[in-house]
Amino acid sequence: MSILDSKIPQGPLAEKWSRHKTAIKVVSPANKRKLEIIVVGTGLGGASAAASLAELGYNVKAFCYQDSPRRAHSIAAQGGINAAKNYQNDNDSVYRLFIDTIKGGDYRSREGNVYRLAEVSNNIIDQCVAQGVPFGREYGGLLANRSFGGALVSRTFYARGQTGQQLLLGAYHALNRQIAAGSIEMYTRHEMLDVVIIDGKARGIITRDLVSGKIKRFGAHAVVVASGGYGNVFFLSTNAMGSNGSAAWQCYKKGAWFSNPCFVQIHPTCIPVHGDQQSKLTLMSESLRNDGRVWVPKDKAVAEKLRKGEIGPGDISEEERDFYLERRYPSYGNLVPRDVASRAAKERCDAGYGVNAEGKAVYLDFKYSIERLGKNVIEARYGNLFQMYEKITDVDPYKEPMMIYPAIHYSMGGTWVDYNLMTTIPGLYSIGEANFSDHGANRLGASALMQGLADGYFVLPYTIGDYLASEIMVPKTDTKAPEFEAAEKAVTQRIEKLFNIKGTKPVDYFYKKLGQIMWDYVGMSRNAEGLTKAIKLIKEVREEFWKDVKITGEPNNLNPELEKAGRVADFFDIGELMARDALDRNESCGGHFRDESVTDDGEAKRDDENFTYVSCWEWKGEGLEPALHKEELVFENVKLTQRSYK
Amino acid sequence: MADKILKKLNIKVWRQNNAADKGRFETYTIDNISGGSSFLEMLDILNNKLILEDKDPIAFDHDCREGICGTCSLFINGRAHGPDEDITTCQLHMRKFKEGETITIEPWRAASFPVIKDLVVDRTAFEKILQAGGFISVRTGGVPDANSIPIPYEDVEESMDAASCIGCGACVAACKNSSAMLFVAAKVSHLGKLPQGRVEAKQRARSMVSKMDELGFGGCTNTRACEVECPKNISITHIARLNREYLTARLSE
Repeated sequence: MSILDSKIPQGPLAEKWSRHKTAIKVVSPANKRKLEIIVVGTGLGGASAAASLAELGYNVKAFCYQDSPRRAHSIAAQGGINAAKNYQNDNDSVYRLFIDTIKGGDYRSREGNVYRLAEVSNNIIDQCVAQGVPFGREYGGLLANRSFGGALVSRTFYARGQTGQQLLLGAYHALNRQIAAGSIEMYTRHEMLDVVIIDGKARGIITRDLVSGKIKRFGAHAVVVASGGYGNVFFLSTNAMGSNGSAAWQCYKKGAWFSNPCFVQIHPTCIPVHGDQQSKLTLMSESLRNDGRVWVPKDKAVAEKLRKGEIGPGDISEEERDFYLERRYPSYGNLVPRDVASRAAKERCDAGYGVNAEGKAVYLDFKYSIERLGKNVIEARYGNLFQMYEKITDVDPYKEPMMIYPAIHYSMGGTWVDYNLMTTIPGLYSIGEANFSDHGANRLGASALMQGLADGYFVLPYTIGDYLASEIMVPKTDTKAPEFEAAEKAVTQRIEKLFNIKGTKPVDYFYKKLGQIMWDYVGMSRNAEGLTKAIKLIKEVREEFWKDVKITGEPNNLNPELEKAGRVADFFDIGELMARDALDRNESCGGHFRDESVTDDGEAKRDDENFTYVSCWEWKGEGLEPALHKEELVFENVKLTQRSYK
Repeated sequence: MADKILKKLNIKVWRQNNAADKGRFETYTIDNISGGSSFLEMLDILNNKLILEDKDPIAFDHDCREGICGTCSLFINGRAHGPDEDITTCQLHMRKFKEGETITIEPWRAASFPVIKDLVVDRTAFEKILQAGGFISVRTGGVPDANSIPIPYEDVEESMDAASCIGCGACVAACKNSSAMLFVAAKVSHLGKLPQGRVEAKQRARSMVSKMDELGFGGCTNTRACEVECPKNISITHIARLNREYLTARLSE
């Protein structure tokens, strides 16, 4: 089917990107000045794209819901960013990074895209250093690296436990420079509520000014959505409170296909849920697994005593500790990929070995590293993470092991894009976490930052020219066009509808219910019965929401409840699509684990014969079942094997 | 260890419907808050209670809730980010408060940060200061290999200390002069301690300081209140560096 042409270039893997760059069209500087591009979201993808496009000479309008572009949730990434620099002389290469990422993604991503990602990874590090990102260094003054899950080489660059912050500040500086130069108009506290399609092409967006409540129209020659992931569908996740799937979802409802929605990442090292008043979960960087050892007691009775608070971890002798990751996966040990580590933690807790009052935590112990390296070294490496842990839990992790449990962290699925990062709607692009393209069924640690910046700095600025070259004769978009009129009206009516329900319960009531359904049935392990039930339950809660939600305040003022209501309304739909997708994919791969598809020793069992495809969902209308299309994944270079970290 | 439950708290909070509104304090009571809950979770619970009582919930800025995005900005019991050290409001936990206590919550108070609604303020002035020169002027592409410029370990560490600034504005809120010197100094040190950033160092200090003055932030009188309340523990020694940088820039004019 022509609409699903992934446009992966022909030729040898290592030459695809360079051949493609030669083949695609380029827009002249004089014409770039006439063209307008909208960028929605200012995280690593959005900020780097907006800055790079403006530097090229395009007129850029950038939007974010936060009060500053610097606050996008990329800021919270802790551990690092991968690149195939081979600075450690440990036999790393572009090819090895490619292989690790493909394998880490459990062979559900495109070879061509992943190779390109590995290829540009080195440019990213150069770019960031030039911008003034203070990456960690050795005493000789050269860049330092650390190890991350799913790799046997040391290729992760870092700025303490604040790598995302520093990379985002780099992109934000570049963005600010262009704002000052007048080539970017920045709109903060603006939320995109719809995309406008004219004659089949993306021509603009409708936003709500979150301060005045005013609905506004913005036109352009192309729209780039860099709005991040939809992990907050689970209510509790490591995402920021405002992170949402609505921009991507509006694109879907306007005809952009949505891929692999069931692929979400559950991060193994988060601070466990505490009581019932919790609003969000806090991640403890994966880098901690470099120096922390994961364990639970060998004996259930001992675990029982821990849960009752009768004994502490210090009372358990070496022989009584089960370092289950080292036991099950001797070659990768504590550094197995995230999905493997998460499931292993769940398995131990479900079997009755959990160590906190709720029985839903395992230990991450630094005692051994502190003995080996000294407290100073551990403090230098992870000081800010240890401080964060202590502030939240009131426990000093230098003295007692951390308690951790898996939590929703990242969405690999997202808007379908071709090799040019264009969606199924011409002129509409999706980059960073918002698209589906590079991480398959599981993302390796330190690869999200790499992908966001690869898309924004080095891929989109090239590929968007190929489309815009044919737009140079198109005049400035008229925002008085009937399509804008209609889109604005629909947005206004939806807001009125929410206000007019005048129900009895706040948004959170429904949101928490949705989150619980998602976690119970569309979480770490899934089965046909549970997924079918989830679809039914989600429909019920959605119906209740639209009958009984209560929004206070005014539409034409700052109104966080209204913002949340709109996002949650979309989360019901996203949650349902995730459950449908998970139901269709009757195999276990990466972060998606189906109880029906396991090996004899309890590991995830992929089914390459039937599921080597990207699922692509097409919106068919309100209340109608979406249509499933499939993009077959072709592997020309990699042999598909059952992933093993043993 | 189970956290204690605070059976009753009084929340005295600044309410102001918009920038034009005069604003006033209102006091609400709230029951059964776990000491393990965060301060913002307490506000979530209060807001859901207000909604059920047909009242407008309290608007406050927040996003990552893990102390890094810099969005949250509350003045609690007379302190920026409340009664704990080296944290943002979202990392403050209720175990820091006493049973029956009255907790006073205000927005950042500074002429350059006008109130938008309730506890939400407009920090666009910070954006403008950074846009005035808080960057290194490099384009995407065409840069040298990352390891071509060795940088002494100590210099990078110092740069990183300054780069940890989250732009929350606590320094301004804590300062009796509403000065933004610590914020500006942090950026000047972050970039100025690196060889890449030296090229534009003088120009940067000059333009950021003049933009700060233009936007109505006050001057620094070394009270160190900013350093005390900075959630990222950024030292005022960076202000000393900024002053040196600024003076050299002016002298070389």
